[in-house]
Amino acid sequence: MEIARHWRQRAARYRLEGQRHRASGAVRFPPQPLALGEEPGTWEPVVLSGRGELYSFSVLRQPPAGYESLGVYAVGLVRLEEGPLVSAQLTDCAEQDLAIGMPVEMVTRRLADTGEDGVLVYGYKFRPRL
Amino acid sequence: MMRPQRPVGLVGYGAYIPRYRIAAAEIARVWTDGQGGVPVEAKSVPGPDEDVITMAIEAARNALARAGVAAAQLGAVWVGSESHPYSVKPSGTVVAEALGTSPWVSAADWEFACKAGSEALTASMALVGSGMADYALAIGADTAQGRPGDALEYTASAGAGALLVGPAEQALATIDATVSYVSDTPDFFRRADRPYPVHGNRFTGEPAYFHQIQTAARRLLEAMGRSAADFTYAVFHQPNTKFPQAVAKRLGFSEAQIAPGLLSPRIGNTYSGAAMAGLCATLDVAQPGETILLTTYGSGAGSDAYALTVTEHLLERRARAPLTAAYLAREVFVDYALYAKWRGKLVMG
Repeated sequence: MEIARHWRQRAARYRLEGQRHRASGAVRFPPQPLALGEEPGTWEPVVLSGRGELYSFSVLRQPPAGYESLGVYAVGLVRLEEGPLVSAQLTDCAEQDLAIGMPVEMVTRRLADTGEDGVLVYGYKFRPRL
Repeated sequence: MMRPQRPVGLVGYGAYIPRYRIAAAEIARVWTDGQGGVPVEAKSVPGPDEDVITMAIEAARNALARAGVAAAQLGAVWVGSESHPYSVKPSGTVVAEALGTSPWVSAADWEFACKAGSEALTASMALVGSGMADYALAIGADTAQGRPGDALEYTASAGAGALLVGPAEQALATIDATVSYVSDTPDFFRRADRPYPVHGNRFTGEPAYFHQIQTAARRLLEAMGRSAADFTYAVFHQPNTKFPQAVAKRLGFSEAQIAPGLLSPRIGNTYSGAAMAGLCATLDVAQPGETILLTTYGSGAGSDAYALTVTEHLLERRARAPLTAAYLAREVFVDYALYAKWRGKLVMG
């Protein structure tokens, strides 16, 4: 069921909520289920700052189904201040605005419109820092 | 005149304006061969991944950042708009989830044409002023639509303002009093399931915008024993450039008093966001002790007026989030074809 799949990911997608290891302080994103043998509570939810640097990027000139309306758009790998490397769409920018290492910030945007009788899917993207 | 039992004020504020613009001259090029006057220089255009929910989230994040208040402390997240993405399903729950509020929060959507956000502001004053909550977030946001070629198309734009109401002692600007005036005046409306609104042309002026705003503003001034000269700044709803300039003059305010909050010449009419973003831009330059008259307007029709006094807390909080000027400065102009595609005006067959 697609609605339930989107709904389960809302904390991570809407506000970049990851996990922090209670003992070591290590931060990971996206959140993952407990590994075999890990005690409940080993990881706690943590909302990430959304600030990071553009680690790498690519420009899509033939968008996949459902993204045709965006035309040409960029995707990037972002190294967050807290450590995790996140892949996401880049928004509010043109190809010539982008450079590896530039500061970027998370914004919550519309990721997909699943049709007139479907839900609107929201989630994180990154843009050049204001 | 309405005043809450417990004094309240704004503890945070934040605006949002999309990056894209279309010049009014570009719209005139398509529809009138460039002939005739235009009501604004340009209007903001939401990007293809933006809507009321996404703009409300960013404005709200700016308001929370300025306040230094955790989202979990919010008692209400209220979103006023005439362009909620869903007809049935609250925008407020998405915004609350994105901010990371507690699930023990009131989330609702408000509707009153261009003063839907101001309804949420008055209700937030009451929620905090009664002691039912310490903080309530009132947001006005719109991605307004005008029928292609209609006069409204030149101005109907996109933007948001978020005002975080809290106890007066924590406020960066106290809200000293408010009035709300309404009358059944069908100057502008959109029937259910219709894509574009209808307006009464000149009927939107005297009996609608001017009558409601003047009545509300004068009542508040009289009740407080103040005159236009007692306010440092004034912000009025701004459907175009001329209306707020004209109503300010009639009420005795100078061009200098409305200048910081007059955004419509550059971004058009952001509907529910207009007066609230104008207030944000005014707070961006205001100093402690200065006073602001905010007067909103919603078609249908009604007007709310508020008297605010800036406190010293504004100085330490102002720079914690982007100024409205930063959003105004990042303008990227698009042509009519791209605008038509993004705004869903192309028939895809």
